[in-house]
Amino acid sequence: MGFTRIQEKLKILADAAKYDVSCASSGSKRSNTNKGLGDATGMGICHSYTEDGRCVSLLKILLTNHCIFDCAYCVTRKSNDIKRAAFQVQEVVDLTINFYRRNYIEGLFLSSGIFKSADYTMERLVAVARKLRTEEKFNGYIHLKSIPGASDELMKEAGLYADRLSVNIEIPTKEGLKLLAPEKNREDFIKPMIKVKNEIIQYKSEKKLIKSTPLFAPGGQSTQMIIGASGESDQQIMWTSNYFYKKFELKRVYYSGYIPISYDSRLPHIGTEVPMLRENRLYQTDWLMRFYGFEVHEILNESHKNLDLEVDPKLGWALRNLEYFPVDVNTADREMLARIPGVGMKSVHKIIQARRFRRLNWEHLQRIGIAMNRAKYFLVCASQDFERRDLTSPQLKSLILQNTTSKYQKKLSPQLNLFE
Amino acid sequence: MLNIQDSILIYDGSFDGFLTCVFQVYDLKLKRVLIQKDSESQASLFGKQNVVVADPVKADRVWKGLGKKTSNAGRLRIYYGFLSEKQGVENLLLRYIQYVFESRLPVDSDFSNPDVLELSKVAKSVGREKHRMEAFVRFRLTKDGLYFATIEPDFDVLPLISKHFKSRYADQKWVIYDLKRNYGLYYDLDKVEIINLTLPEGFDASKTSPDYFAVEEIEFQTLWKDYFDSTNISSRKNLQLHIRHVPKRYWKYLSEK
Repeated sequence: MGFTRIQEKLKILADAAKYDVSCASSGSKRSNTNKGLGDATGMGICHSYTEDGRCVSLLKILLTNHCIFDCAYCVTRKSNDIKRAAFQVQEVVDLTINFYRRNYIEGLFLSSGIFKSADYTMERLVAVARKLRTEEKFNGYIHLKSIPGASDELMKEAGLYADRLSVNIEIPTKEGLKLLAPEKNREDFIKPMIKVKNEIIQYKSEKKLIKSTPLFAPGGQSTQMIIGASGESDQQIMWTSNYFYKKFELKRVYYSGYIPISYDSRLPHIGTEVPMLRENRLYQTDWLMRFYGFEVHEILNESHKNLDLEVDPKLGWALRNLEYFPVDVNTADREMLARIPGVGMKSVHKIIQARRFRRLNWEHLQRIGIAMNRAKYFLVCASQDFERRDLTSPQLKSLILQNTTSKYQKKLSPQLNLFE
Repeated sequence: MLNIQDSILIYDGSFDGFLTCVFQVYDLKLKRVLIQKDSESQASLFGKQNVVVADPVKADRVWKGLGKKTSNAGRLRIYYGFLSEKQGVENLLLRYIQYVFESRLPVDSDFSNPDVLELSKVAKSVGREKHRMEAFVRFRLTKDGLYFATIEPDFDVLPLISKHFKSRYADQKWVIYDLKRNYGLYYDLDKVEIINLTLPEGFDASKTSPDYFAVEEIEFQTLWKDYFDSTNISSRKNLQLHIRHVPKRYWKYLSEK
């Protein structure tokens, strides 16, 4: 292949694809049984990390950055004056295979600008996946973007080749979408999602009866929301997220702090800082919902529309609900252990295992690895030494903040630094 | 300090050798034992030095015995801990094994016992290194159609990653070579073998010389490097996090670096 031509295309189309944060390569069950190339069982692998610390697991590119839409928040919007390029199907296949053979990647994440029509675009994406699976006997991970508005037939075929499918809803609220992407509507995003969800359910139930039923998107579906582009509250974001998790059985919702890429007056201007801390707090909330047994309305509701940036959302919840504490680690059930600030699910597991052998004290807990600076105010153990003062929430919060240093300290500090 | 009645068991450094030592401890009812690799042992004024010859049958008996008293994960932890090659790890392993055999309950998850916790931490760091190698191995295509990778892992993880690469790269010939321990794995499209190589005079494993590697190899390395650079978002730069994920000691063999 023409090396310099490919090099040029790769630079443009990788650059355009980087705003999609998903790089997951886990959760598939595709094993190498045909003595082909690749194996997508078990956990995902990050083969490298970008300098901004994100995992590089997949070859993440657009098939093309030509696009008929003009969504304000998007780099490849029609009205943006940028270099355009398009890969041919075979070029993407060759790149994927050769990168995979060198152990650079776990597979391919292929997205695309929309050219001509939704179906025309989706057909090309499916063609790449089909070629990889059938001609190259490729068993690595394939993540395809579902193009909003694509037909059910194409979505069905896509699911047979892909490990994961995703549609980015991008803007958490309907109003925001109307403002920033007036040509798009929510139904177009949701339609392929429903189709895929139903197919997954059907294939799964058939698989139980007939073992040879092929895999259908075994890595499930995901979506992404841009944070901080349309003035939405954390409550709106997380309630939307919760709705998508429940309604479409999504594997993941990603939150992507808006990176200013446009002078459009509807958006934060260029030079505005990426809301990384807020993004981090949203991910923590997402984890609390999915793994810690929290309901979204416990963390975000009408009286708490936004997360406290100073403390993590679990600590925030505990400070508002001091009546549940202190928790006795030697007797409490799993759900309550998981609610102690500074105790993660791995520690919960270790505590439950270890306390069958003996009653646990501070030393045990420290060795298990809980974050004592937060946890010590919220639990009692086999020790006479525990927090006896009757502290109020604000007192507790300031006590904890005094004794911790956040990596985001600079962003939190309201004072201007005169000497910088 | 060592006492006169202490026994020092010297073994050949193999896992079978170590398990044979454990067998001896029980067979001869030894108290206060020290197990050392022959490469690490020093002549001692005190204590009786015994050279233990690796015996696969005895080793197997210990391994099977452990299987009855502990879960698979708990037993595997012993092997992982062994591969850490940490100085004196044999004695931690022995204490752990003795605790396993003594206790009526399975002790795998007794994290309040210092030896269990310590070994699970050591095993975890070995597991982490295994995972890192699965991620950071970079194959380069040689002129004779072999995918070749060199590594220098902190721990002896080659035995642990063999299966992963065999099932993944079933249709290409590959070699993963541990330069630190001077042995490697070779997959010939059918099975994985352990090999020792004599590398050519002046061969620099961190460079891709056209004398040894295919022409397109350098092109794909360039493309990968380009890809790596274009996927970066400079307004989110966080080098501290980057280095935590990819510690600098691994950069030598990463083509994107």
